[in-house]
Amino acid sequence: MEELKAELADILEPSKRDRRFLISLLQEIQQRLGYLPEDAMLALADFLGVPGSTVYGVATFYNQFRFAPQGKHQVKVCMGTACHLAGGQLVLEAMSRELQVDVGGVTPDRTFGLERVACVGCCALAPVVVINGAVYPRMSPPKVEEVLVNIKLGNREHTIE
Amino acid sequence: MVFDEILRRAKQEWESFCCGDVPRILVGTATCGRAAGALAVVEALKKELERCKLQATITEVGCIGLCSFEPLVTIIKPNYFTVCYHNVTPQKVPVLIESCIANDDPCLDLALGTVDRDERGAVYIPELPRFEHEYRVLLRNCGYIDPSNLSHYVANGGYGGLKKALGMAPEAVIEEVKLSGLRGRGGAGFPTGRKWELCRKASDEPKYVICNADEGDPGAFMDRVLLESDPYAVVEGMTIAAYAVGAKQGFVYIRAEYPLAVERLEAALHQAEELGLLGENILGKGFDFSIEIAKGAGAFVSGEETALIHAIEGRRSVPRVRPPYPAEKGLWGKPTLINNVKTFASVPPIIDKSAGWFSSIGTESSKGTAMFALAGKLVNTGLVEVAMGTTLRKLIFDIGGGIRGGKRFKAVQIGGPSGGCLPESMLDVPVDFDSLRQAGAIMGSGGIIVMDEDNCMVDTAKFFLDFIQKESCGKCSTCRIGTKHLLNILEDITAGRGKIDDLNLLAELCEDIRGGSLCGLGRTAPNPVLTTLRYFRGEYEAHVLEKKCSALVCKDLIAYYILPDKCERGCEHCVLACPAKAISPGRGGVKVIDQSKCTKCGSCQLVCPPEYSAVVKVSPVSSLPR
Ligand SMILES: Cc1cc2nc3c(=O)[nH]c(=O)nc-3n(C[C@H](O)[C@H](O)[C@H](O)COP(=O)(O)O)c2cc1C
Ligand code: FES
Repeated sequence: MEELKAELADILEPSKRDRRFLISLLQEIQQRLGYLPEDAMLALADFLGVPGSTVYGVATFYNQFRFAPQGKHQVKVCMGTACHLAGGQLVLEAMSRELQVDVGGVTPDRTFGLERVACVGCCALAPVVVINGAVYPRMSPPKVEEVLVNIKLGNREHTIE
Repeated sequence: MVFDEILRRAKQEWESFCCGDVPRILVGTATCGRAAGALAVVEALKKELERCKLQATITEVGCIGLCSFEPLVTIIKPNYFTVCYHNVTPQKVPVLIESCIANDDPCLDLALGTVDRDERGAVYIPELPRFEHEYRVLLRNCGYIDPSNLSHYVANGGYGGLKKALGMAPEAVIEEVKLSGLRGRGGAGFPTGRKWELCRKASDEPKYVICNADEGDPGAFMDRVLLESDPYAVVEGMTIAAYAVGAKQGFVYIRAEYPLAVERLEAALHQAEELGLLGENILGKGFDFSIEIAKGAGAFVSGEETALIHAIEGRRSVPRVRPPYPAEKGLWGKPTLINNVKTFASVPPIIDKSAGWFSSIGTESSKGTAMFALAGKLVNTGLVEVAMGTTLRKLIFDIGGGIRGGKRFKAVQIGGPSGGCLPESMLDVPVDFDSLRQAGAIMGSGGIIVMDEDNCMVDTAKFFLDFIQKESCGKCSTCRIGTKHLLNILEDITAGRGKIDDLNLLAELCEDIRGGSLCGLGRTAPNPVLTTLRYFRGEYEAHVLEKKCSALVCKDLIAYYILPDKCERGCEHCVLACPAKAISPGRGGVKVIDQSKCTKCGSCQLVCPPEYSAVVKVSPVSSLPR
């Protein structure tokens, strides 16, 4: 706990000791640690002088926060309207099958994580998948394996048309 | 600095930008451009220029709304006409540099068109068919100016509105906005001037101004494009609003999923402060106003104004009962003005050009322009801005270019999860706040999604309900439990377990949810179900009675089948692609699908070479040939 507090010391700085910074502090902590460990939420509660349940209650309300580490490559399948209509669900299922993880899960070796996201703003290229910030346009189940193999091999940009 | 000096310098800078001595290359790098590979194009341009030892400056600009043509590259050469190239890839870059920069060959075959009129028969971009129907007020600068250069905005008329407003009494500014007829672009269409007046008249202090940039509709991106391509317009609009209502502090509540918009907005705020257009004593008129960015953490309901206020206060974004309206009791209990991004961006031109000019655009009750994100099965997807009252038909067929791949139009979904699906017979409805509401849809956020014969309306209703049900904050039981039940019924119907009584039950439940929910989320949640039931009842009935999905979408009601006389026999594409190992050669090498193993992923159909097209879907499952 003390170690964690030291690591978060520059985020939990005195000028931010105000309830209104709760969400932005959670965002910064998640940015630093990749997720929100229980101890980090308790440290934040302590810092703001609010009960741990308040911090937990806010954190679990919003979609952005996660409570377990993500995969090294986080696969985000768009489930926005345009992507859904273009067959996004089939892409999501194919990803889940290839990676052998459920949506929201992480592979045992933590290489890949799988999640669904709402419109990433590239509806013209639907259905899309975003991995490590790169957008893979016009996806389909047969393309899924190819994309994953290339990521494992370290080629990132091969499918950008 | 006085405004005239800012303007003089800005004009100088813009002049040298447009007609400098070295060629200038503009690349559209808003999120949509980046997704299409614009950053790789920028890299390729840099490398190629260096390799050829050529001089040219590369500038990243925003989005002009032609998403299906991204990445777009525009080349401005001294004493030469300006050409814009579409779908540029790193592979095309050497040709462009070699011909256009090194020589005087404009490569018109790669071009979308020219930005200056040219006599050589090339398309003049402002004369592309779609622009004939467009009316650009908010999008006027997008893709033309450098979104991280305030001078570009000022040189193109920016901050003229603020300068004028600061010379008027705040009440006069509000009067002008009222006269313009501007209504809120966040969905509900509340008259903006009236809202400002309420906030001005509230007696409590301090007051706040909030820009709602939460844009939670999972198929809309107008606000994002504006913030990425012309952030100054939003900042100027907020500043004018703050002066009018008497606020000193503003917030922009923006989705954290929009990192580029956040970055460009931050830069815009910083520059405006440096020039004295934000901060203390703005333009020397003794008026102080500053803006802070609050990043949203992802929740559709956060877009609701009272919920948004809770989010900025650092709590769960759960809506509360209104009244009191935020204009009276908002952020930390103080009077707060909340408007949408597009509403604020509409204000500077209104003040600058007059209310009369704005109200001359649009219809009787909806003035000005409307901005839409066109997506779905269209030829030209992207962003459009048209005068209010333009018909859906014009938007979809004249601007959107009609349906892709020669398919048939089926429905248009407008207004996102709170909106509705309209059929072909409603295509002549003008898009304005009141006509759309009458038709059962809403203007909403401005996402327009076009569906063709391959989209199932029951599945579409289920998709929106699934979204809404997950995003319900849980405060009202009709919304929390009601939407879950709606979803369950729709799931039954799409799985072939539906009963005919379910259709009436759906309608009844919709009425209860609409009547019993506190905020707009619950009150509008039934719209996708109600409109599809109203306009596409036959499709629901076919699902229930015949177990048939005519669009061939609902998995439980379809089967894949390989046509024996089309199967090439020697080819193994489907066999290898099938993840379930459900396909094997049957008699004479014809491939056969083992229905008990098939997971209906569709891979076989996608990999079957187009010259055979042997894999088909059938529905109901009972129609499968033996
Ligand atoms: C569930 C829900 C989501 C909303 N989402 C947004 C949104 O993303 N952006 C927005 O500007 N308004 C949204 N609104 C509307 C706001 O409550 C509010 O009416 C609007 O921001 C006022 O701005 P305007 O007067 O400029 O339209 C939403 C409303 C509801 C009920
Ligand atoms: S719906 Fe997937 S990018 Fe818009």
